[in-house]
Amino acid sequence: MEKRHSPLLLSILCLGIALLYVPILTLIAYSFNASPLVNVWGGFSTMWYAELIHNRQLLGAALLSLEVAVTASTVAVVLGTLAAIALVRFARFPGRLLLTGMVNAPLVMPEIITGITQLLLFVSMLQMFSWPHRGFTTIVLSHVAFCTAYATITVQSRLQSADRSLEEAAMDLGSGPARAFIEITLPIIAPALLSSWLLSFTLSLDDLVISSFVSGPGASTLPMVIYSKVKLGVSPDINALASLIIIGVGVCVIAAGYLMRRAQRQRELETKFP
Amino acid sequence: MRLWIWTNPVHTYKFIAHNSLKAPHSVLMKLTARPGRWLIILPPLLFLLVFFLIPFAFAFKISFAEVAARVPPFTDILSSSPGRGLQLTLSPSNYQYLFTDEVYGYAYLYSLRTAFFSTLICLGLGYPMAYAIARASKSTQNILLLIIILPFWTSFLLRVYALEGIIRDNGMLNTVLLHLGVIHHPLHIMRTSLAVYLGIIYSYLPFMVLPLFATLEKLDATLLEAAADLGSPPWRTFIDVTLPLSIPGVIAGSMLVFIPAVGEFVIPSLLGGPDNLMIGRVLWDEFFGNHDWPVASAVAIAFLVLLAGPIAIYQYYNVKQLEP
Repeated sequence: MEKRHSPLLLSILCLGIALLYVPILTLIAYSFNASPLVNVWGGFSTMWYAELIHNRQLLGAALLSLEVAVTASTVAVVLGTLAAIALVRFARFPGRLLLTGMVNAPLVMPEIITGITQLLLFVSMLQMFSWPHRGFTTIVLSHVAFCTAYATITVQSRLQSADRSLEEAAMDLGSGPARAFIEITLPIIAPALLSSWLLSFTLSLDDLVISSFVSGPGASTLPMVIYSKVKLGVSPDINALASLIIIGVGVCVIAAGYLMRRAQRQRELETKFP
Repeated sequence: MRLWIWTNPVHTYKFIAHNSLKAPHSVLMKLTARPGRWLIILPPLLFLLVFFLIPFAFAFKISFAEVAARVPPFTDILSSSPGRGLQLTLSPSNYQYLFTDEVYGYAYLYSLRTAFFSTLICLGLGYPMAYAIARASKSTQNILLLIIILPFWTSFLLRVYALEGIIRDNGMLNTVLLHLGVIHHPLHIMRTSLAVYLGIIYSYLPFMVLPLFATLEKLDATLLEAAADLGSPPWRTFIDVTLPLSIPGVIAGSMLVFIPAVGEFVIPSLLGGPDNLMIGRVLWDEFFGNHDWPVASAVAIAFLVLLAGPIAIYQYYNVKQLEP
């Protein structure tokens, strides 16, 4: 569908993109503002970045968030890959509809509902089994639940489009289905595993609402600390922290996308000209 | 649930918009027939059952309890006393309370209205964007998609915070407009409904654009050419061919914006004023402010019932396309 663009379409496209980017770019620009007043430009400075290093509360929260995100996304990718295999490869099994529903529902379920229901579960479990205590464990469990849904969808879409003929050839040559899957298909879907891990990682790192409900005393994740500071108004050190996170995530996503694209091209070339 | 971006978004969105599973290959039936498959199915099934589905049963149960000064802060609905055996005490008072206190009705309606109009505006803005991207050349398309998707990856909370920096009384927007002489007094956008609308549109726009793009991109160009050859003017072709064929994308995009927007908490809390009571905020205050867990559970269950329609549409749509 390559055609001349109407000026109206182009201007709406530019308007939309401006809406998405102007706030972020302004925030990054102001993080280098020497003046603590948000509307006065006091010259270029990196002082707010330097100040971050001395903020123990923020550092502690960032560390907890990273631990939660790494643990939750790793577990979620394993569970999500299993769920994707089940949904794509097994046509009929009891519970298929249930699994499909539970994988899709978290994508649209308001976090506030997920958060409160999971908290009530954890509280009831604690009464019955004396486990889990609210804190790291409960945050990880709740994050694994919604990250698994996203991971499943990501892996599922890749698995569905993966070329099955190689795997079938391996099985014709006597390889068992499990071995054929691990040796042939797993490398093909590896990029989807990486992107679902990254996706789970950023979703977990970003979550405020669910963590606030299921967390216990003393366990504050980075978004919880940021939220309580931001609630009081704009502050220059949060500008610096936000810029670091946004730039860091942006660079990682672009780099991962680039690497995966290159790996995919490589593989396509190898398949064509072995 | 905040957004997702994966490296091959086009692919994934196509998948979400047209979730079609092909019939399984017969070779795979070998794998299917093996009992070992339960090792694959059970871990995710059980985990999601215990940590996603069963929690709703607990919320339902506790919504019939009463608030009590103990840990956890509610009564047991099941109690056993010597001589009278097991006793079930269900208190519908929390639900009655939702009807008597007008805050709840107001908040439900306000949330639905805000989400509905935000979705319409996102659609009005997102459709032309998706259309323009779908008509761009392949290389431009990839760059534009990356631009749309990148904000997804960045923190939702931080983006709402960034928007606050633009629209606050001494923010970028007012500074620029005052400087240009367009206005003489700062515009008060923060703590109004307008701020909440802007926040939702800003945060959820990519969710609208991507599914729309996925449907528009795979639109059969020969249909458009045929319509043009038969003398249909471009606007007629759009209304008769393009629009009807893009309905799946419109539904997917609208649901992905509408449902989370109804339950939005961060946006009304950071950008809205005391009047912009969305149900997510009421639930939060009931829980963290009043520590009334049973009423908060009742609000959540009532909220879920309210969303059952839209969620069912979304699910039906996904599942229907999934079953061969």
